[in-house]
Amino acid sequence: MSIAETELEIVEEFELFDDWMQKYEHLIDLGKSLPMIDDQHRTDDKLIRGCQSRVWMHSELKDGKILYTADSDAIITKGMVALMIRVLSGHTPDEIINAELGFVEKIGLIKHLSPTRSNGLVSMIKQMKLDALAYKQIQR
Amino acid sequence: MNEVNSISELRIDSEQIRADFPILSRKINGKPLIYFDSGATAQKPQQVIDAVSTYYAQQNANIHRGVHTLSQEITIAYEKARGTVQKHLNAEHSHEIIFTKGTTESICLVAYSFGKKFVKAGDEIIVSEMDHHSNILPWQQLCEDRGAVLKVLPINDAGELEIDELQKLITNKTKLIAVTHVSNTLGTINPIKEIIQLAHSKNVAVLVDGAQAVPHMNVDVRALDADFYCFSGHKLFAPTGVGVLYGKEKWLKVMPPYQVGGGTIKTVTFQKTEYADLPLKFEAGTPHMEGVIGLEAALNYVNKIGLKNIAAYEHSLLEYATSELKKIAGVKIIGTAKEKASVISFVVEGLHPLDVGTILDQLGIAVRTGHHCTQPLMERYCIQGTIRVSLAFYNTAHEIDELIKGLKRAIDMLR
Repeated sequence: MSIAETELEIVEEFELFDDWMQKYEHLIDLGKSLPMIDDQHRTDDKLIRGCQSRVWMHSELKDGKILYTADSDAIITKGMVALMIRVLSGHTPDEIINAELGFVEKIGLIKHLSPTRSNGLVSMIKQMKLDALAYKQIQR
Repeated sequence: MNEVNSISELRIDSEQIRADFPILSRKINGKPLIYFDSGATAQKPQQVIDAVSTYYAQQNANIHRGVHTLSQEITIAYEKARGTVQKHLNAEHSHEIIFTKGTTESICLVAYSFGKKFVKAGDEIIVSEMDHHSNILPWQQLCEDRGAVLKVLPINDAGELEIDELQKLITNKTKLIAVTHVSNTLGTINPIKEIIQLAHSKNVAVLVDGAQAVPHMNVDVRALDADFYCFSGHKLFAPTGVGVLYGKEKWLKVMPPYQVGGGTIKTVTFQKTEYADLPLKFEAGTPHMEGVIGLEAALNYVNKIGLKNIAAYEHSLLEYATSELKKIAGVKIIGTAKEKASVISFVVEGLHPLDVGTILDQLGIAVRTGHHCTQPLMERYCIQGTIRVSLAFYNTAHEIDELIKGLKRAIDMLR
C-alpha cells in the first residue's frame, strides 16, 4: 500500500467516529497497541525532545525500505506515533521524504502539529524525514 | 481556613465580574471556556481593552518628545500611570518604578546593571529551588560572566523554602538573593519579609519575583523593604509586553543603564554621554505606551474589587478545588505549603499530564501541563511535569465541579 493509500485508509477510519471522544479513544487504543520499542533503543540518544511528552524512535533500512519503531511516555502521543509509523514505515527514503501527511489535518488532529512545544509529533515527523534523508545518502 | 460555603458571602459578584471579561463567553470545542491558566496569562476585562483601544483611537503620540498637545497629553497620562503603580506598591518615589517588557526583562535588567556595578569574581548570588527559569538564568549567566557562584536555597517536601538553610548559605561574599514571592508551580507564598530582614542584617540585597503574587495580594514594597520587586502586566489582567521593576532609589541611582538609546540621555557627544535621571535612564526607546495605559486600567480594576476580597475569594476556591481533587483516587497534589496562593499542581498516578490536559481541552477546560519553566523543581520531585490549575477571581466553584467531572472522564479514558 502506498503512503497516500494508507493516509486515505486512516481518514476513512476516523470518519466513522461521531465525536471527539471516540476519536481520542481510538487514538488511545492505537497507542496502547503500538508494539514497544526494543529496550536497547529506549535510550537518550533515540529520544526526540518535544518539550512535554518524550518520544523514542529507532529506524533501520531493510531491502531499501525504512522500518521505524517508537515509543512515548504519553498515550495520546503514542497513538499519533502509531499512525505515523503505519503511514511511513516500510517505504523507501524518497517516498518518505516526499510524503505530505495531509491526513493529520483531515482527521482533525492538526492542532497536534501546532508549534506549541507540547508534544513531540512535529519533532518526530522531522526526525523520520531526517532519517530518510540520511539513508538516501548512504544508498548513493 | 475558610469554609467552602462562605464563597457566596464574600464580596465578589462573580457573575458581574465575568461579564467584564468578553473572552469568558467564548466556546472551546463547543463547550463554554473554563479558563484555569491565569498563572500563565490572565484574561483582560473590557475596561483594559477599552483603555488600549482609546489609546489608539484618541491618544497615540510619542511621549517625552514632542511639544504638541498629543505628545504632552500622553506624557502626562504615562507618568500618571507610573504614579498609580507607585501608589499600588507603596513605593516612596515614582522614579523607583521602571516600566519594562515584563518580569523577565525586569530581572535581566537588575542582573545586568546591579551585576556590572557590584558583582565580582568569587561573589555569591542565591536563588531558590522553586524559582522560575526567568529568575535563575539571568543569575546563572551573571555568575558565569563574572566568575561568581550561584547558590541554591532548597525546599522541603511540602514545597516551602528551608529558611533555616538561608542563614547558613549567606556569607560575606553574598551580594544578592533572588527569590519568588509566590511559586508559579506550587503556589507557595514565601515569607519574603523574613527573608529580606535576614538578608539585610547581613547587608545582602533582595530581588523579589512578584509575577505570581501581584494578581492575588496587596504588595507593599516598603513594608517588605524589598530592594527590587518585579512583575508582569499580563498576569495582572493588563496587556502583554509591559511589566514593572521597582527598585530602591539608592540602587537604581548608582546602577548603569541596561539598554541605551533614545530617551535615556541628557547630552550625547561622540566622546561622552550623560545619562538621564531616573526613571528614564532605564527606559530606552519608545516605551509600550498603550501597555502602560492598560496596566493602569488593570490596577484600577483590581483595586475597585479590592485585592483583599480577591484573595479571600480565591482562597475559598483553592480550598474547594484542593479538597475535591484529593477525593479522586490516584491524584497527588504537588505543593502542599501552609501558605498558598490559588495555584494547584497535581499529577495523576500512571497518566502523563499532557494526555490529561489534551482531554480536558476537548471539554473546554484550559489547564497548563508540563514543567512550568521550573525544571530544577521537577527534578526535586522526580516528576516529568504536572497539571496546573491556576485560579483567578473570575473563576467559580461551578467551574471547579466541571474540572472534577472532566478529570474523572479523562482518567476513565486514559486508564
